[in-house]
Amino acid sequence: MHITIDEDKCCAAGQCVLAAPEVFDQRDDDGIVVLLDADPPQAQYAAVRDAAAVCPAAAIAVQE
Amino acid sequence: MSVPASVVIAGASAAGLSTAETLRRQGFDGRITLIGEEVHPPYDRPPLSKQILSGTWPDERVWLRDEAALAGLALDLRLGARAEALDTGAKVVRLSDGSLVSYDELVIATGVRPRRLPGTADVAGVHVLRTLTDATTLRAALAGSPRLVIVGAGFLGAEVASVARQAGAQVTLVSDIEAPLSDVLGPQLGELLVGVHRDHGVEVVTGARVEEVLVSGGRAHGVRLAGGHTIEADAVLVSIGSVPNVEWLAGSGVEVGNGVLCDQYSQAGPGVWAAGDVASWHHPGLGERIRIEHRTNAAEQGMAVARNILAGEDRSPFAPVPYIWSDQYDLRIQIHGLPRGADAFAVTEGSLADRKLVALYGKDAQVRAAVGINMVRPARAARALVATPTAWETATAVQEGVTP
Ligand SMILES: Cc1cc2nc3c(=O)[nH]c(=O)nc-3n(C[C@H](O)[C@H](O)[C@H](O)COP(=O)(O)OP(=O)(O)OC[C@H]3O[C@@H](n4cnc5c(N)ncnc54)[C@H](O)[C@@H]3O)c2cc1C
Ligand code: SF4
Repeated sequence: MHITIDEDKCCAAGQCVLAAPEVFDQRDDDGIVVLLDADPPQAQYAAVRDAAAVCPAAAIAVQE
Repeated sequence: MSVPASVVIAGASAAGLSTAETLRRQGFDGRITLIGEEVHPPYDRPPLSKQILSGTWPDERVWLRDEAALAGLALDLRLGARAEALDTGAKVVRLSDGSLVSYDELVIATGVRPRRLPGTADVAGVHVLRTLTDATTLRAALAGSPRLVIVGAGFLGAEVASVARQAGAQVTLVSDIEAPLSDVLGPQLGELLVGVHRDHGVEVVTGARVEEVLVSGGRAHGVRLAGGHTIEADAVLVSIGSVPNVEWLAGSGVEVGNGVLCDQYSQAGPGVWAAGDVASWHHPGLGERIRIEHRTNAAEQGMAVARNILAGEDRSPFAPVPYIWSDQYDLRIQIHGLPRGADAFAVTEGSLADRKLVALYGKDAQVRAAVGINMVRPARAARALVATPTAWETATAVQEGVTP
């Protein structure tokens, strides 16, 4: 699995962090998403898929 | 219960797409028919009043998924077709193109449409903002630096005021309540936001009802307020709330009121579910029936419905912490929970004067919502106080303790 992020789309919702805290974080100042692990271990796959699905800005793309 | 062979989803936007995607991710390989009245592939609405209206994004950037991702879902995709009638006995949906589609499970995700002022539907210069076409039409109108009157000062009206000012329009925001935005956010933040709009040169008219759009030669040239006062304008945006798209369910036996009436599982009846703006469901955590017009809710409820369809007897109630954001000028406003109707308010970080803060809202001695203005991470942290029922006393005491 490989994750890419479109930072300009991100609306700082933080839903991705709630869904997969080990893979996503947010910048302090503006809340834009920070990708902690672009190639996460398999144990994270389900959480990452949820994060991408629930991101209200469609900012997270997952290639499998 | 056995796994259904076919799922029909009416409404091809955020909630409908989320349902379809989740079904596939959960391994459902039956037929999924996704029916969308609009001709566009599923697209996102929040950018319409932001990046699309201001012209900072090309229009295609609102597509929720690219062609390959959409094709990967192997959908029976019917765009440019309306679901027109439902027969729950025969389990069949009739479309506007005359075709009949049968289902084992039906998901209603038909959203809402803007409420209009009577008699203005075909008047040039009168706008509503819900679709991509609405947004590009309004954007074109803004290019002429018009005098714009916005009827209704909810989030949508306030966001358009912000973009229109920055595009050089002369903007009047008319609200029938005395303190616009205070109905959702309370008097303190309502006042803060009205102040921000006035600082940016928006004329905010409060406590005024628009009685009529003034028309001559088929074109709007202003509005008349109750009491007779008129405001001249080149363009009028009507943003006075919305109406759920449920008319097509008439006679089907699916219960509708303010939206499709669902139980706590988002189910409206045997084999019938609803998700997104159109769904009115019983939120078990709040102990109330609610209907939410938020982008995040559309995605979350779509996911929840897909899972429940496949879960049989193991379905789960849908009890999210509602989340909404709004961008106005350089403010990012984030709302976790439901501040409307709160009986307690406290700024726990930052301050009203700095226009940078976290505020908690309480009801019946419990935290009900957390609102952030330009304090993204602290607002997300405060969400925990809403997600896990927290006593107002404890939350405000703890928060004061950590405030620098
Ligand atoms: C301009 C604008 C800005 C917004 N900004 C924000 C924001 O900043 N933050 C936020 O949280 N939310 C925002 N929202 C709200 C958010 O966009 C909605 O909550 C979300 O789009 C709901 O998705 P949905 O799929 O439930 O409904 P909709 O997006 O309304 O989709 C319903 C779809 O069903 C179609 N349809 C209707 N009837 C039929 C039928 N009979 N047959 C077939 N198809 C049908 C419609 O054409 C539509 O495409 C905004 C909305 C607008 C309009
Ligand atoms: S959920 Fe989406 S919009 Fe929100 S912070 Fe994550 S990437 Fe950004």
